[in-house]
Amino acid sequence: MRYQNATAYRFLAPYLLIFSIFWLWPIIGSFLISFQATRTVPWRFAPTFNWGRLIGDPAFFNALKNTLLILVIQVPVMITLAIVMAVLLNSPLLKARGLFRFAFFAPVVVGEVAYSAVFRLMFNLDYGIINKLLNSVGLPRIDWFSNVTPAMAVIIIAVTWRWAGYNAIILLAGLQSIPQDVYEAATLDRVSKLKQFFYITLPLLKPIIVFCAVLSIIGTMQLFTEPFLITERGGPGGGTETLGLLLYRQGFRSLNFGYASAIAYTMAGLAIAISLVQLWLTRDPK
Amino acid sequence: MSSRSSSKLGRSIALHLFLTPLALIWLFPLWMMVIFSTMPDRGIFSPSIELLPHGSFLDNVNNLQRDTNFIGAIGISVSVAVTYTFLSVLLTSMAGWALARYQFFGKGVVVAIILGTITLPYAVVLIPQFIMVARDFKLANTWVALIVPPLFNSLGVLFMRQSFSMMPGDLFDAARVEGVKEWRIFLFVALPLARPMLAALAIILFLASWNNYLWPLLINSKPGAMTAPVALGTLIGLTKVSWGGIMAGAVMLTVPMLVVFVLLQRHFVAGIAAGAIK
Repeated sequence: MRYQNATAYRFLAPYLLIFSIFWLWPIIGSFLISFQATRTVPWRFAPTFNWGRLIGDPAFFNALKNTLLILVIQVPVMITLAIVMAVLLNSPLLKARGLFRFAFFAPVVVGEVAYSAVFRLMFNLDYGIINKLLNSVGLPRIDWFSNVTPAMAVIIIAVTWRWAGYNAIILLAGLQSIPQDVYEAATLDRVSKLKQFFYITLPLLKPIIVFCAVLSIIGTMQLFTEPFLITERGGPGGGTETLGLLLYRQGFRSLNFGYASAIAYTMAGLAIAISLVQLWLTRDPK
Repeated sequence: MSSRSSSKLGRSIALHLFLTPLALIWLFPLWMMVIFSTMPDRGIFSPSIELLPHGSFLDNVNNLQRDTNFIGAIGISVSVAVTYTFLSVLLTSMAGWALARYQFFGKGVVVAIILGTITLPYAVVLIPQFIMVARDFKLANTWVALIVPPLFNSLGVLFMRQSFSMMPGDLFDAARVEGVKEWRIFLFVALPLARPMLAALAIILFLASWNNYLWPLLINSKPGAMTAPVALGTLIGLTKVSWGGIMAGAVMLTVPMLVVFVLLQRHFVAGIAAGAIK
């Protein structure tokens, strides 16, 4: 094929222009800003100012701990649930498939603000439907938002509700791309459905599961709206504060852009590490 | 034979016994959103369990409008999402077309950049983006600020590249032999052929713009310039606020999207699944 540089770049120009201005420059910019003291006018170069503060800041380690804690629980629970949803939705025995698909996929279109409002009201101490239902079956009500553990649980439940179906859609498409004759051969050889799942479905689905897990980890790592709106700015007492929320407070409440950029690059470092693990997990076996 | 079909029946019953409660739990928050939006505030704060709709939806819309200009914010959200979707579909498919159909210097770099940004946290660009748009360009609280920076997206371009590269090349070559210009081939041959993929892309992009929260929260924080999610978000956590109103707002944000989802489920699913399946 001959080279068509001029034509190709004419088609790419608007896209690359937006990329350069609003992504490429900011990616470099954040890095540079993280080495500056930004609360003096003008900003001055101070390489250890923000990074030095970061490694000694209990608020940062609290946010990091909370973020990793949510990650470690929420992502595996959600991916498992998404696999179960996808496999069962794919079953030829399923009736009223459309209704089930609607139930699991509908949260995909619900905005963060709308669902945060609903979850906040549902888990309200005095008037929330969850506590009313707990009471009606004789269980004590739970003060969801005044204690760290239940507040964390609400965040994890909310995020899982919102995103499990999204992952199930991706996994379902993956399942449907597995050739049927593999299963037919296994059934002829009297391999049980459960064994087929563990020895055929899971291995063939692995790259897609890893892809879903990586996107989910990177999404959850930036968690902002849920602790911002559901648990009221990371409450109780910073118990649900995440890195995303800390970045927002430092960058846009205290207008400390340098420190916020250092937090952002910490998140990027984690993301790069996770992507490398993904590449290693899905590498072609030689 | 009969034992096999009875085990099939057993499996089918077990499947539905497991999946039905799970589906009901999954629908519950959406159902409660609708119920709350139809209840007067004193109903929401009553000790009884209410699981069926009442008749106060319009009162709640009025309450919401009293707390914040939500109808105005909806107007902004709709205009922004429509404009964004149109521009983004155009930009994304042009870039996808170039990557799918031409050989050019630096192609590998462009593809690597796009792939790299998929796993890059948005947090890394947020602060310089904000400083640039608000301070350097002085565009805070404008539509341009809401529409232009999010125009870069990576999954959409990969989706369109794949769509265009699956089309038979002879078709375009035939047009070239006739002397048709490249941009006309793109506009009048390739784009019409890609209509189902464009629909899937448009739905996903519209939804992303409609629900976008963090960027509009930061850049358009002036009352008259807020999008609907941002306007609704300002009410959550206030003490003297109508919760029925907030729920009515949540319903106005969500139900139109649910209707679109039901009508165009095939495109929706295709658009989301395309991210992972190569």
